[in-house]
Amino acid sequence: MKKRKDKLWFVLFTFPLLFIFTTVVIMPFIFGIAYSFVKWDGIPANPKVFVGLDNFIQLFKDERFLSSAWHTVKFTVMAVISVNVLGLAFSLFVTTKLRVRNVARTLFFMPNLIGGLILGYIWQFIFTDVFGYLGQSTGLDGIFFNWLLDPQYALYAIVIVFTWQVAGYTMIIYIAGLQGIPDELVEAAKVDGANVWHRLTKITLPLLMPAFTICLFLTLSGAFKIYDVNLSMTRGGPNNATEMFAMNIYNEIFAYGNYGLGQAKAVIFFLVVAAFTLTQVVMTKKREVQY
Amino acid sequence: MRKTSMLLLEILLLVLAVIFLSPIYMMVVNSFKNRAELYENALALPTSFSFQFYKEAMQKMNFFTAIGNSLYVTIVSVLIVIVLASMTAWMLVRTDNKLSKIIFMTLVATMLIPFQTLMMPLMQVMDWIRTNLHLPMLNTHEGLIYMNVGFASGMAVFLYHGFIKSIPIDLEEAATIDGCSKFGVFWRIVFPMLTNITITVAILNVISLWNDYLLPSLTLADKGLRTIPLSTFYFFGEFTIVWNQAMAGLTLTIIPVVIFYMLAQKYIIKGIASGAVK
Repeated sequence: MKKRKDKLWFVLFTFPLLFIFTTVVIMPFIFGIAYSFVKWDGIPANPKVFVGLDNFIQLFKDERFLSSAWHTVKFTVMAVISVNVLGLAFSLFVTTKLRVRNVARTLFFMPNLIGGLILGYIWQFIFTDVFGYLGQSTGLDGIFFNWLLDPQYALYAIVIVFTWQVAGYTMIIYIAGLQGIPDELVEAAKVDGANVWHRLTKITLPLLMPAFTICLFLTLSGAFKIYDVNLSMTRGGPNNATEMFAMNIYNEIFAYGNYGLGQAKAVIFFLVVAAFTLTQVVMTKKREVQY
Repeated sequence: MRKTSMLLLEILLLVLAVIFLSPIYMMVVNSFKNRAELYENALALPTSFSFQFYKEAMQKMNFFTAIGNSLYVTIVSVLIVIVLASMTAWMLVRTDNKLSKIIFMTLVATMLIPFQTLMMPLMQVMDWIRTNLHLPMLNTHEGLIYMNVGFASGMAVFLYHGFIKSIPIDLEEAATIDGCSKFGVFWRIVFPMLTNITITVAILNVISLWNDYLLPSLTLADKGLRTIPLSTFYFFGEFTIVWNQAMAGLTLTIIPVVIFYMLAQKYIIKGIASGAVK
């Protein structure tokens, strides 16, 4: 009797969320895999034709897709490094005894609350207009020109904006990690004659590994899935030079109406994101040390 | 010697922080300048303060409607996520069997799926529900809220789950013996103990939902339904860019975020830190 009642409570408590979750995540995921084997233009009246693995063969011959994958990899490598270097540097700065540390922390974190789309528009103004002005007035037009019109520099511009957005976020996580390191350890090393650099590289950084695991995971998956900043900064231009994974998928499906092919790309996208992030977590977890 | 180097460091850090926020400065100062002034010097302070561009931007963006829409969608979504996810997580922790574990693992594992993998089939599912069950899932705020809840549930249950595991079961058992129903036990005893993690869940979701662009852009078609990111996007897409007006529009969209940050800074930073540590 009691058991049956418990079961009823279980269903009552969990069913609403699980129902919504199933219709929003699980069903689309399963249907998504099915759609990737189909050729369809998205118009309900038109037939969905089963084509087997054709979409997957086709996407590996799609040069625009492959180059968007390559842009994403380049972008991700640059972004992960710059976000984490800057975030870590910020966190070391604001955990010192400096009086301005609280103000600095507040300011460093601020951009993270503003959405990628709006950040991208602010920076679009800076790269097109302010940079033009700076180039003219300083004569340094080798640095200050419209970055968004240059295929190479446009990608760097997105790296800068992404770093600006996310560095403060990783800073918060690194701060939490730094505060978790017992003072005695650092003090003991000081007594033993270790200088600032040694204390940092031999004690602080190894003990920060758990924070690295989290930050690398968040920045890796965030950079790989970048869309909003990409859209508002360049829309993939110039000449598709900055079109990244997520945008290529969006365009294939909703701009060109190749629903099956686009969904096959989306499935590959999922596999790549999962493989990269899981590998990273396993690798960095191994290097976490105990004290 | 030590004192001067400390002072130098203080200044260095402050300068670094100010440079870091300089894009915001550029945005704000140029939102007041007229065309000639803007092209003459993009970095200088404006010589006169005219709110003309703000007025124009507000009109073109339908600013107050968009703010209202964003507030409605964000607040209702977050409240539903908190209620449903906390209840689910509690049941999953307190019911120690295989089914609970499978449900929990599924919720956590799906957090890895990128939105782009789900967006097209999701639209098909919602369209099917709309045509066959006659529920307005597309082009309504309520439909968007429904989908927001679905996407946020994995992360929210995960956070609640970790927190609930660490609180002792004794109190709940005592209340059960006293004849409290499960519903009563949860809402009167357990939920008040979850305040810290509830704040974290709320803040993480407020930030991501307020700024979300892609899902609303796929579901909301009517002009009057647009949220802030959507109206910003169309503001930039529909009109040729007039920079001073555009900067005024962007400044407007950032004002609510700054107010939120000033009011809840302590909780936001704590929430981010505890939300990330697994």
